[in-house]
Amino acid sequence: MSNIGSYEARVKDFNWKMAEVELGYGNNGKYNIGYYCSDRICEMGNGTKAALTWEGYTGETKQYTFDDVRIYSNSFATILRETGLEIGDRICVFMDRIPELYISFVGILKMGGIVQPLFSAFGEDALVMRLEDAKTKAIISTRKHLGKVRRIRSMLPELLWVIVVDAGDRPLERGEIAFSMEQAPKVDTIEIANVGPETPSVLHYTSGTTGKPKGALHVHSSIVAQAITSKWVLDVRPDDIYWCTADPGWVTGTSYGIIGPWANGITQVVLDAGFSANKWYAFIEKHKVTVWYSAPTAIRLLMKEGLEPVSKHNLSTLRHLISVGEPLNAEAVIWSEKAYGKPFHDSYWQTETGSIVISNYPGMKIKPGSMGRPFPGITAAVLNPKTYEPIQTVGTVGLIGLKPGWPSMFRMYWDNKETYDKKFHNGWYICGDRSSIDSEGYYWFVGRDDDVINTAGHLVGPFEIESALLEHPSVAESAAVGKPDPINMEVVKAFIALKPGFVRSDDLTMDIMNYIRKRLSPLAMPQEIEFVDSLPKTRSGKIMRRLLRAKEWGEEIGDISTLEND
Amino acid sequence: MAEDIKKTIIEYVRKEYLDEDSDQQITEDTKLITSGIVDSFSMVSLKMFLEKKFQVKIPDDKATPEAFDSVNNIINLLKEFTPL
Repeated sequence: MSNIGSYEARVKDFNWKMAEVELGYGNNGKYNIGYYCSDRICEMGNGTKAALTWEGYTGETKQYTFDDVRIYSNSFATILRETGLEIGDRICVFMDRIPELYISFVGILKMGGIVQPLFSAFGEDALVMRLEDAKTKAIISTRKHLGKVRRIRSMLPELLWVIVVDAGDRPLERGEIAFSMEQAPKVDTIEIANVGPETPSVLHYTSGTTGKPKGALHVHSSIVAQAITSKWVLDVRPDDIYWCTADPGWVTGTSYGIIGPWANGITQVVLDAGFSANKWYAFIEKHKVTVWYSAPTAIRLLMKEGLEPVSKHNLSTLRHLISVGEPLNAEAVIWSEKAYGKPFHDSYWQTETGSIVISNYPGMKIKPGSMGRPFPGITAAVLNPKTYEPIQTVGTVGLIGLKPGWPSMFRMYWDNKETYDKKFHNGWYICGDRSSIDSEGYYWFVGRDDDVINTAGHLVGPFEIESALLEHPSVAESAAVGKPDPINMEVVKAFIALKPGFVRSDDLTMDIMNYIRKRLSPLAMPQEIEFVDSLPKTRSGKIMRRLLRAKEWGEEIGDISTLEND
Repeated sequence: MAEDIKKTIIEYVRKEYLDEDSDQQITEDTKLITSGIVDSFSMVSLKMFLEKKFQVKIPDDKATPEAFDSVNNIINLLKEFTPL
């Protein structure tokens, strides 16, 4: 029997107060996520239980109990306080998937800071945009990424401290602090910041069609939704070994790679290594993983490797498989059943929702290719894109809308009320995705409603890429769109018109690709560049990305009456 | 000849995929993909470099993470398509 039991019964009976009671949220006036992910688990008698088993790419492993997480997070909270940082200060974690990333996240929350996780492969431009916007006060990082941070520091007047967790005896510069989690004095007790349920906790940046990336701000009570969805959707149980393959630079890696499992006192395992089918299967076998939360891109890569690597490993411990990031195609669901004897259950949510809002649940019929049904307590609908009224006709495509009010919903875009307000219409939060609903209430994803590119489950903003492209000396104008990709769903393709004097060549293509990779991130790097004489524009001079995108996807071009040169 | 190829690839990886301030050493056995120096997205530009530099065409299904996981693996891959 799964944790959720009967989906229909849960939908009928559910209210968020029940989820609070289940977590004990607010008992004795405690609301801090950091407390619920460490001290509370120890108070429940599970201090010696493994919280994190970490494995590096060389096979080196480290293990931390919940009591270790409690003490080491206290140490992080203490050093942050000693530097003068206070409740509400934005503190960035910018590291690969090392134990310090997970534990400092808890420590920042305990001292009342707002954690700003940033993907460690971000380049300098991507970092500056996000750190400048958040007016970040401190960054916790490693030697590997210190060079990048140093090169942008002069552009960040608000940045006071850079804490380097593996500095050793290397010389540091002014404003940098060496802090070794395991060598620092152990701090058994601290005063955990007395936050309320609405106190800001985590600031995740996400990309949009226009403008710079936006910081989606979450609050401490988000844990109520993250804990109950971990229990009912991921179906985590006390004896589970749970593996979330997402990087905590993105929201899945924090909501379900830190908060959800640890709030439930679950042992999680982390592999800090690039993708390899054999490595992944060996990891599952070695650590006896029971619950595996991954992404369609990874699943399709595993499919590509076939059944042979599966047959070389004992994967019989796997009990429940879940996927997130982009729609999971029906073939992948069917293949996973063949390969692992269990289907992957697709789940749907986004940075702004903070937790899973639509999903396939354990024990419920899976319809391969469907996103599933709304989580109990979530009121969802498919809306008419003009009136924002719910569409009643089965199978009609519209915009996914959610009634605001669940605990993990973002509370604002950082310093950007105008964009935040635009996300709401007629009392609905508009997700920006299109879907239909079938006669049994299952949602079927159709696509984005904007120009944002979903590559390997990560949203990349075309504006950010185009702005960076214009900084390249050869580029006169450009447009970035998503093009179909069998593994990543979409990859970035750039259309570029060159400045006079520059000649199209493979060398120039490579130079531009690498330029974007270093300035922004590998995800933003165009996987293909097409040089053009000019780009299609409206009569007012706006580049018509949708026309270029439609051509890539073989879709109808639609209304081109505003095209400048048709 | 093989030494020159090795040196060329190592230099390219160091220049394009390591931070300019990095003190990390790259040898022919250094894990490139599993260590995260090169990720699956960045493999596209590395493949393009190899094809251009060594005048070969590497089929997409051969450009796997394993085949790109070290300079030695890359040299073995190149040998399949060109007499080095």
